[in-house]
Amino acid sequence: MNCILAPDNILHETLLFRVIYEGVGAMLPCGLSYAVAGIAIMLLLVNGVLLGAGLFSWVERRLIGRFHNRVGPNRWGPFGTLQPLADLVKLIFKEDLTPRGADRILFSIVPVAMLAPVVLMMAVVPFAKDTALANLNVGVLYILAVTSITSIAIFMAGWASNNRYAMFGASRGVAVLISYEVPVVMSLLGVVLVAGSMSLDDVVSAQTVPFLLVQPMAFFVFLAGTSAELNRTPFDLAEAESEIIAGYHIEYSGVKFALIQAAEFGAVLTSSAVMVTLFLSGWSGPISNYLGWAWFLMKIGVLAFIFSWVRATFPRLRIDQMLAFAWKFLLPLSIINLFATALEVYFFRDSAGALDTTDLWIMAGINFGVGLSCLLIFGTLIKEKVRPAGPLTGATFSLGEAD
Amino acid sequence: MVVFFTLGTSSPWSTYLTTMPIQTEPMTVNIGPQHPSTHGVFRLRVTFDGEEILEVEPIFGYLHRGTEKLAESRNYTQVVTLTDRLDYVSSMINNQAYCLAVEDLLEVEVPQRAKYLRTLTAELQRVASHLMGLGFFLQDLGTLGTPLMYSFRLRERILDLFEMLCGARITLSYSRPGGVFFDAPDDFWPALDQFLKDFDTDYQEIEQLILENEIVMVRTRGVSVLPLDVAINASVSGPVLRASGLDWDWRKMAPYDAYDRMEFDVPIATGGDNYDRFWVRIQEIHQSIRIVKQCIKQIEPGPTRADVPLILRPPIGAEAYGRVEASKGELAFYLVSDGGISPYRCKVRSPSLINLTVTEHLLVGWKLADMIVTLGSLDINMGEVDR
Repeated sequence: MNCILAPDNILHETLLFRVIYEGVGAMLPCGLSYAVAGIAIMLLLVNGVLLGAGLFSWVERRLIGRFHNRVGPNRWGPFGTLQPLADLVKLIFKEDLTPRGADRILFSIVPVAMLAPVVLMMAVVPFAKDTALANLNVGVLYILAVTSITSIAIFMAGWASNNRYAMFGASRGVAVLISYEVPVVMSLLGVVLVAGSMSLDDVVSAQTVPFLLVQPMAFFVFLAGTSAELNRTPFDLAEAESEIIAGYHIEYSGVKFALIQAAEFGAVLTSSAVMVTLFLSGWSGPISNYLGWAWFLMKIGVLAFIFSWVRATFPRLRIDQMLAFAWKFLLPLSIINLFATALEVYFFRDSAGALDTTDLWIMAGINFGVGLSCLLIFGTLIKEKVRPAGPLTGATFSLGEAD
Repeated sequence: MVVFFTLGTSSPWSTYLTTMPIQTEPMTVNIGPQHPSTHGVFRLRVTFDGEEILEVEPIFGYLHRGTEKLAESRNYTQVVTLTDRLDYVSSMINNQAYCLAVEDLLEVEVPQRAKYLRTLTAELQRVASHLMGLGFFLQDLGTLGTPLMYSFRLRERILDLFEMLCGARITLSYSRPGGVFFDAPDDFWPALDQFLKDFDTDYQEIEQLILENEIVMVRTRGVSVLPLDVAINASVSGPVLRASGLDWDWRKMAPYDAYDRMEFDVPIATGGDNYDRFWVRIQEIHQSIRIVKQCIKQIEPGPTRADVPLILRPPIGAEAYGRVEASKGELAFYLVSDGGISPYRCKVRSPSLINLTVTEHLLVGWKLADMIVTLGSLDINMGEVDR
């Protein structure tokens, strides 16, 4: 029974899938081996993301410990690397409480609904040459569609918990996610325009110049929007600890809490992976045919570090300020970026509709100019809001007689 | 658009759309007594319209221990340990206030060295208390504990110094009626010098991190303004009053201990908003360090405790009001003696409780997130509020 994957199958490009499928296909019927290969890849993906989330939880705690002048978890395992395991064991053995008056079914679905989009997002991201689990031709659209599930999960959590703090968190979370979806989509359109494709593989191969340089404004908007969607400071309103304690997941404990936390830490990694693919030229780098995965992981590490750094530094915005930031600042910025990019692509593309490296460098220059002038204009426009006119504090010293 | 045109201007539906504001059902939420940012066991019953505050009802008493009544059954020296537990992040100043009242009852003159030691430790304690206030204020603003840890790094150093002085870190009982418990040990002074040397760079780090941060500005400037007339009518004191623009500091107006020989400024802000309360504390720390440095320069060897008996018996009917400028405002002890070994009545004027009386004025109309920050900017301490 030699099973050969048809070239028109969407998984045909996925090397790993084909290898497993054809290897198992020697022993099993083709339909069954198709399922086996699928499940194998699925397990790999889910476990990969969860392990990564666990590892990142340790990394972030250590990092924030250093930012705080503390040591961070260092007891269990070398440098404390087994700390996530210890946390997991502790959380598994904790009682799994469901509050009185909660909607039991919704309440239990939430952790899965939070984790699913995080894992699903990784399905289309290529970690090295030809290793995307599914090379969708609408990869960018798929990512946007999948990430918006999170807002439903958050609202489900808030509603099902029968807790007013959770309801506060949920309504904040939904408001934020809906608002920030718009600028994020707009900024990604610029990338798609330059790459000429929505497939993430094509976006990576189009990046002879990293799109971080070609689309600086889009990168900025996407970074801000992503940290808002990830509920991280300065946009962590949905789970603002000092205000509404833990927000939408206030009532979760035990395994459910562990899953929600895993989803949060995993989301940082997967969002970083998407950003690496879209803006930092993905797995490409020197010797990328063999070391593509290393480049990819390294770039994810850099972005995840930036996320941790921002988290350790900034205070939180208020809900109205945060929504204003999305609608009055990020959205115009991304629209200007989209408009500029569209014009550039229209003028620079050759007869086949492609852009070469020189064009990309010129576009990078123009877009940096546009970005800086936009920042200047918007900066002066909102300056009055941030620092009202008049002296900084209106403060004086009353001089002591002796001084 | 078609829908709007066909409905016309007279239909009830369109009048509803144009005239009725979007109303949500008010929601009553208990903030506290178990809440991460109510600074202890403070409780607020708040009615929200969405995120906006409609009504506030502060409820306290969860930490009531009957300090004033307990003082009536302990002798004058033992009461010092009760004062530690009032505002437990600035016990040094509490001890000082109580001792000033007892000394006034007994009409005892305190030795010079003890006065300087009290001034020095009180200012160190003020720094520690303000650092804690700043740290938690910024924590309430939503930082992930970085400024809090930075301020605790400095505060720990101050507590180490206190440990050298009296063996305790929080509940100090260092001041005693008639002076201080012990003279400072020899290795205290080099340690203090080292602390002052490290203080500048460490404190600068906090200021650079947070003082002109745009998010801090946007969150705190113009928020929860306390006008001066309201502040005076509510007899608010301390940094909260000075942030509203009144130059009111008992260290200047009625100098006690060694303050009459110290040069320092009283920082005043005029805005009365959350940022100004925060700013005043930041600046007061600088002035406190200035006072500490002067104390080190001026202090001279000598006795540290007046010759007072172990059991104190003030004259019958004597009254005293010991008043200091504590880190949170005017702290005072009113003592009445009936000639016995313990006070007949001990009344504590605690600044935190009186500063809390403006809560409703500050909070109504602002948002949930501002409420937490405003509470942080008042810098209350429940040990002192509930006593």
